[in-house]
Amino acid sequence: MLQNLPIPFLVLSFLTILSALYVVTSKNPVHSVLALIFTFFTISAHYVLLNAQFLAVVNLIVYAGAIMVLFLFVLMLLNLSKESEPVKSNWWGIAAAISAGSLLLIITAAFQVSGEAVAKNPVEGIGLVKALGKVLFTRFVVPFELTGILFLAAMVGAVLLGKREKAVDALISKEESNG
Amino acid sequence: MSILSVFNQVEISHYIYLSTVLFSIGLFGVLFRRNAIILLMCIELMLNAVNLLFTAFSSYMGDADGQIFVFFIMVVAAAEAAVGLAILVLVYRNTRKTDVSFLDQLKG
Amino acid sequence: MDSALFLEKLILIVVILAITLVMALYFTFGERKIAAFFQDRLGPNRVGPFGLLQPFADGGKLLFKEEIIPKNAEKWLFILGPGIAMIVATITSAVIPWGTSLPIFGRDVQLQVADVNIGVLYIMGIVSIGVYGIMIGGWASNNKYSLYGAIRASAQMISYELSMGLALIAVVMMSGTLSLREMVEQQVGLNWNVWYQPLGFILFLTCALAECNRAPFDLAECETELIGGYHVEYSSMKLGFYLFSEYINMFISSAVMACVYFGGYNFPGMHLISDPMILGIAQVAVMFAKIFFFVFLFMWIRWTLPRFRYDQLMRLGWKAMIPLALLNMLATGAVSLFNSQGF
Repeated sequence: MLQNLPIPFLVLSFLTILSALYVVTSKNPVHSVLALIFTFFTISAHYVLLNAQFLAVVNLIVYAGAIMVLFLFVLMLLNLSKESEPVKSNWWGIAAAISAGSLLLIITAAFQVSGEAVAKNPVEGIGLVKALGKVLFTRFVVPFELTGILFLAAMVGAVLLGKREKAVDALISKEESNG
Repeated sequence: MSILSVFNQVEISHYIYLSTVLFSIGLFGVLFRRNAIILLMCIELMLNAVNLLFTAFSSYMGDADGQIFVFFIMVVAAAEAAVGLAILVLVYRNTRKTDVSFLDQLKG
Repeated sequence: MDSALFLEKLILIVVILAITLVMALYFTFGERKIAAFFQDRLGPNRVGPFGLLQPFADGGKLLFKEEIIPKNAEKWLFILGPGIAMIVATITSAVIPWGTSLPIFGRDVQLQVADVNIGVLYIMGIVSIGVYGIMIGGWASNNKYSLYGAIRASAQMISYELSMGLALIAVVMMSGTLSLREMVEQQVGLNWNVWYQPLGFILFLTCALAECNRAPFDLAECETELIGGYHVEYSSMKLGFYLFSEYINMFISSAVMACVYFGGYNFPGMHLISDPMILGIAQVAVMFAKIFFFVFLFMWIRWTLPRFRYDQLMRLGWKAMIPLALLNMLATGAVSLFNSQGF
């Protein structure tokens, strides 16, 4: 079933899955972050294959360029790369693998049974900025505004959480000095 | 190779399998790892698997709605990452750990 | 894609890469000469006539220096860091239109590697990835000064990327396109975007300085506090790559500024020239004149202004630049709405 597929798709998919596995299994969090960035790159390449150029670039800007920088920044700031995770017993790993594997199995089986119900009807140019912008600012304008509000709320929340409260700090240091 | 020929050679089912595998890897990570940062990253991975499937459906069906959903998912993921990391830094300040199994102190 | 077009693009890419590298080489020389001028010295003048071969001597020195990889460094990431910095610096040039076209061997050669319809977004994407070279290198060195440099650089770049994007959005709203070529084509003669977006241009210039880690924003390699910042542990050509990528970034961001705000290859009286060959060469010459002006501006700023303190940098970024950029965007939106519909 795989030999009929075009090489770019195969190579990309292989790289995607391999780097995703490395994200999950790597002991060093910084390596995980870098592998995840690589995964996002391959997913962006998939978007290009799927004729969704705008999403490909936005994926890079948002995920690789902003979110992952944030992760790496926090890792470096807290200097967590050295901290070794407590080793779990193998049972944890086996249980997790069984659960994830059964999910994979169930979805695949369900898909096999239901068969292909998707009509193939590719239209050129729907992945371009103009087409997407038209849909986004007409039919989806209310959700768009709502996500703006969500962003504002998240920003305020993050700033508030990140801010050290002086009163609390004083309380903690007092407790510590009292022993 | 022209880009459009991918549609003729790759079936949508391959994208379904690919994103299911990615999603399962993310799920495995969430279940297996204990470092909260890695957990957040695995959630991002799962979201990306969904994004990929949305885009694939959207492109194969010639309907832009799926790509708009991806756009919204990205927004939510960014907000989630920002708030999640802020909480994480706060937890680290108080406990000096990012291990999620350590956060069970409300348990009686 | 026919093979002739493929060959044409390949040659164009090689030529642009070569020009970029030579430019970066001579910017190091220019920087030293300009610094000397500002400080009332002579600057390098020993190697070759007027010291013109100095950059090659410097490059040779870097190449033949001993290569040191610290014992506790992450070896692969340590090597990867400068590589990423260099690659990211060079690939931005793909979307920049250097001129309209040149007739060579009967073919109309377009002077742009790829006319992507989302060129501005492409540039933003590359800029946002640019931080990884510094972060990975600084972290992999396993040295606290490099780590501080990397942390500073990443925080600085995230902060200034925001206002850079907002400043660009205002231009995009005005011109209605994300393609750099179309953007340049709209600015015929002296109809440059900078007359409509003066505030946006100043914001973009400041952000470009910060993104290139140039003084007064070179906190990441602040010698007095961090020895050398993220590249303390680097030696030989890996250090060379970091230093080089800074100059390439300067070159490319000057090119972007020239395209977005100063009309790119446009110059007044362009329609008077009928011979396509002369026109093409003149356009490239004008483009490079604009780029050189901006590079000189970068160096001028570096040798005139003192370095910011870190809290000043952050305050400027979040409390001055972003609100101003938002205001600029709002004003642009209001004006273009008024222009299209009236009140």
